[in-house]
Amino acid sequence: MTTTTVGVPAGSPVLADERENLGSELRTIGMVWQRELIRFVRTRTRILSSFVQPILFLFVLGYGMSTLVGTTGGFDFKKFVFPGIVSMSVVTTAMFSAISIVWDREFGFLREMLVAPVSRGALVIGKTLGGASVATVQGSIMLALAPLIGVHLTALLVVEVVGLELLMAVAITSFGVFVASRIQRMEGFQVVMQLLLFPMLFLSGALFPLKGLPAWLAVITRINPLTYAVDPLRHVVFAAQHMPPAAAARFSTGVTLFGYTLPLGAEIAVVGVFAVVFLGFAIAAFGRPE
Amino acid sequence: MPTRLILESPEATRAGPVAMSDVTAAVEVSHLSKCYGAVAAVHDVSFSVASGEVFAFLGPNGAGKTTTIKMLCTLARPTGGRAKVDGFDVERQPKAVRRHIGLVFQEQTLDDQLTAEENLRFHAVLYRVPHAEVEDRIDRVLRLVALSERRRDLVSTFSGGMARRLEIARGMLHTPAVLFLDEPTIGLDPQTRALMWEDVLRLRREEGVTIFLTTHYMDEAEYADRIAIIDHGSIVALDTPGALKHQVGADTVELVTTDDTLAAARLESAGFRVRHGEETLVVFAEDGEAQVARLIEVAGVPVSNVHVHRPTLDDVFLHFTGRQIREDHAEHTMPMRMRAFTRRR
Repeated sequence: MTTTTVGVPAGSPVLADERENLGSELRTIGMVWQRELIRFVRTRTRILSSFVQPILFLFVLGYGMSTLVGTTGGFDFKKFVFPGIVSMSVVTTAMFSAISIVWDREFGFLREMLVAPVSRGALVIGKTLGGASVATVQGSIMLALAPLIGVHLTALLVVEVVGLELLMAVAITSFGVFVASRIQRMEGFQVVMQLLLFPMLFLSGALFPLKGLPAWLAVITRINPLTYAVDPLRHVVFAAQHMPPAAAARFSTGVTLFGYTLPLGAEIAVVGVFAVVFLGFAIAAFGRPE
Repeated sequence: MPTRLILESPEATRAGPVAMSDVTAAVEVSHLSKCYGAVAAVHDVSFSVASGEVFAFLGPNGAGKTTTIKMLCTLARPTGGRAKVDGFDVERQPKAVRRHIGLVFQEQTLDDQLTAEENLRFHAVLYRVPHAEVEDRIDRVLRLVALSERRRDLVSTFSGGMARRLEIARGMLHTPAVLFLDEPTIGLDPQTRALMWEDVLRLRREEGVTIFLTTHYMDEAEYADRIAIIDHGSIVALDTPGALKHQVGADTVELVTTDDTLAAARLESAGFRVRHGEETLVVFAEDGEAQVARLIEVAGVPVSNVHVHRPTLDDVFLHFTGRQIREDHAEHTMPMRMRAFTRRR
């Protein structure tokens, strides 16, 4: 970025300008992030709708399936599905935040960002962090329902869950920003929701155990990156519960690949790599000039 | 028609420094071209805008106005030629160019779920307005466009004219050297347009900013210090509004007399060029207004009605392009209105 020094009064060292650049990029990230939060707080209907849907799933699926699945040593399907519903809430909100780029394009604000003398990287990172923060907040609100269905919360568990939510949210938001950058029209939004978001959610093990699936379904769930984001969340929630061995066997956690159960760290690494890769893709795809 | 191509007339030189080497030039363009495939949207355009000037690009839709602005704002890459804005090369120093220009697009680019102030604050950060100056600048630009009262209101509650004025304020927030306005008044009612022009001229006066605008409204081009008429991607005329009109020809004076034949004969023998109109005599005269008394005297018959017609920019445009500018308001206002309805998210 040596060309930017031309406008600086004579005598200004290049280094100072570079430092100023970094400060400016950080401020940009902060501003884009802040905008996401302001918009989130301001659109009450959105908060409500992304709150109602998971609750609906939790109670309809939870209670509906509980009668079918029954309890194993006091552990029922509601408790099993709870971490999945929290993930669902995070993923839906993250995707929705990212996809709002399509709105920004439609309503012109994207242009205001793209013509600014800032890097696309700062804009994408700000947008991703903003969407991820909003999604994490939304997912964490869901934790308030835990006592209602008998899931025991500890301070450590909450910290672990929020951390995993944030990772999941960053991954999904950067993926969403990448997808949104390639969508030119509003209609594309519905397509993404139908063809990407819902299959990813339903085939991630959020709503059913991954053990004993038919081979084709097992393969799909293992390809789905979301699987590796949902499982650690369930793992830490279950670890904090009093689970009889029979229940632990029935509602198992862990993703097996070729008969080998991935350690928690490996799952988190998969999600982390996914996040970084798609953040890179998103920056590359975001608002190419004519 | 090479005889019509007057890029630099004596008037233009007097109106402002236009030499390409001039260091004070806010915008310098030489042989700029932009092709989309085989189509040349802009073809070999050269001009220069002096610092502090109000410069208008006048032309019909599709003439290449927006493409030129896009190249100057680094949003489109030229396929030929060079352009400098505030001394920075648009191709080699795009970021520096963007930091020194303000932009107001045809389409609204505000976030209507943010307040006026939040929109400005966002812009201030992206354009590196020093933290200590942000408050003062926001106060000032809002005052310049008379929106101080609405500072904390959501943009979604703004009318089209207010939103446009807020965008102009935003464009000025980072004290740019050049403010680009692409069809700034499109879709606005005449009253709002007049108000907006007051704002723009006040900006020039108080902030000393150079203003580069495109328009297809003739009456708006009148506000400019100089006008470039662009048609089919090329500049066909460039001068002050007055000089352009002067080039089109003399004033015409229409006389309604009791005896046209006699009056015409006397005027012609006195050296005037006369044409018979419908129930009127049309006399061509330099500075028609000053000549009225003499014309009546020469005619020597009772004159019941006199009408002096000065060439308008419409005449200028017709003269240089051979056609009337297309007035396609409806084409533009319709999508704007439609958008207004769908704006609520």
